[in-house]
Amino acid sequence: MNTVSASIALFIKDVRSELRTRYALNALLMFVVTSVSTILFALRSEQPGAQTFAGMFWVVVFFTAMSGLSRSFVAEAERGTTLVLQLVADSSVVLAGKLLANCALTLLLTTAVTILYLIVFPNFAIISVDIFVLTLVLGSLGFASAGTLLAAIIAKANVRGTLYPVLAFPVLIPLLMTVMNATTLALDGAPLIDAVTDLQVMAGYILVMTGGSFLLFEYVWND
Amino acid sequence: MLEAPSSIAVTGRNGSGKSTFVKILAGVLGASSGSIHFLFDGVSLPNEQRRNYLGFVSPYLVLYDELSPVENLQTLSKIRSGIEAPMDEVNRVLQHVGLEDRKDDFLRTFSSGMLQRVKYALAILHRPALLILDEPTANLDDRGIAVVRQIVEEQKENGILIIATNDADEANWCEAKIELGQG
Repeated sequence: MNTVSASIALFIKDVRSELRTRYALNALLMFVVTSVSTILFALRSEQPGAQTFAGMFWVVVFFTAMSGLSRSFVAEAERGTTLVLQLVADSSVVLAGKLLANCALTLLLTTAVTILYLIVFPNFAIISVDIFVLTLVLGSLGFASAGTLLAAIIAKANVRGTLYPVLAFPVLIPLLMTVMNATTLALDGAPLIDAVTDLQVMAGYILVMTGGSFLLFEYVWND
Repeated sequence: MLEAPSSIAVTGRNGSGKSTFVKILAGVLGASSGSIHFLFDGVSLPNEQRRNYLGFVSPYLVLYDELSPVENLQTLSKIRSGIEAPMDEVNRVLQHVGLEDRKDDFLRTFSSGMLQRVKYALAILHRPALLILDEPTANLDDRGIAVVRQIVEEQKENGILIIATNDADEANWCEAKIELGQG
């Protein structure tokens, strides 16, 4: 229980810091708005199909997540606060707290992208709401579970900016393919049973990535 | 082997490894050879519990400047142990380091000396059995140095104190000295 409350305390610290500094949030939301606007201008009056919409949706989410997820550890390294966390926190507390923060961030991002798509694209109609919501939640958790450990790895590197998407993309390919497929089903109005396999893959991905992160994080975090 | 109460100063030339040594003691760096064992009441302490018995101050330790001293102490104490330090304890240590009037101001408005005092407040909040000070009076004025002297004397009475320093006066605060870089 102490580990849980300590992890939540770290999560709350990150949220409070972000609300006070707006360091990442404004930039990420602006990225989302810019990306969606660019797609809107490129499409003009064209109305793409479900599969294309699904791909465009998760492209925006992917690149926004690449900008935002790494901040969880890179910001600590750039500010020099890694040492105080190493002194006071157990490695599992650090990982759990940062994972919670990244889960919240990706859920916020995917929700923002969804709202924008619904507003600007009349043909972006979510017919199977149950599939879409489950895909959104599991996809967001999948991004966070894979991205958090990678963020801790690149925070120790000298060239952080370009390294994160390079490391993350191969790891995220299975998740990306699955969430795009499930989103297509949601936009096409498929029944929930048709998406069960995809949802199971996402849940399995989250379990594997989260479990692997907890096993490996100590070796990444401690010098 | 160090047993409470005791104090030792780690001295040596620039680059001799004083800061590296105390970081290894604090558990933030791994040793390439050798091992460190902590015993509490004769029972070996697992590494993951070491942080509950250890306080650390150094000029290169950075706290969260978008938070106030109270927020830093309460948040970091809860991250350390899962339990938030009581407000009266937080007020006690902030009063001890002379920052009770600035306890709710953001750290980004503090001078380097005031930041150093907040680090001392954090280090002694949980009454650590082992207190490690790397360059203990860096950035401090005479009043700050007096505060540090008081903390040092209190730690020497009940716990273990390790100071890493080039300053002869600071080294003389301790009963024993080791010099790194000697054969």
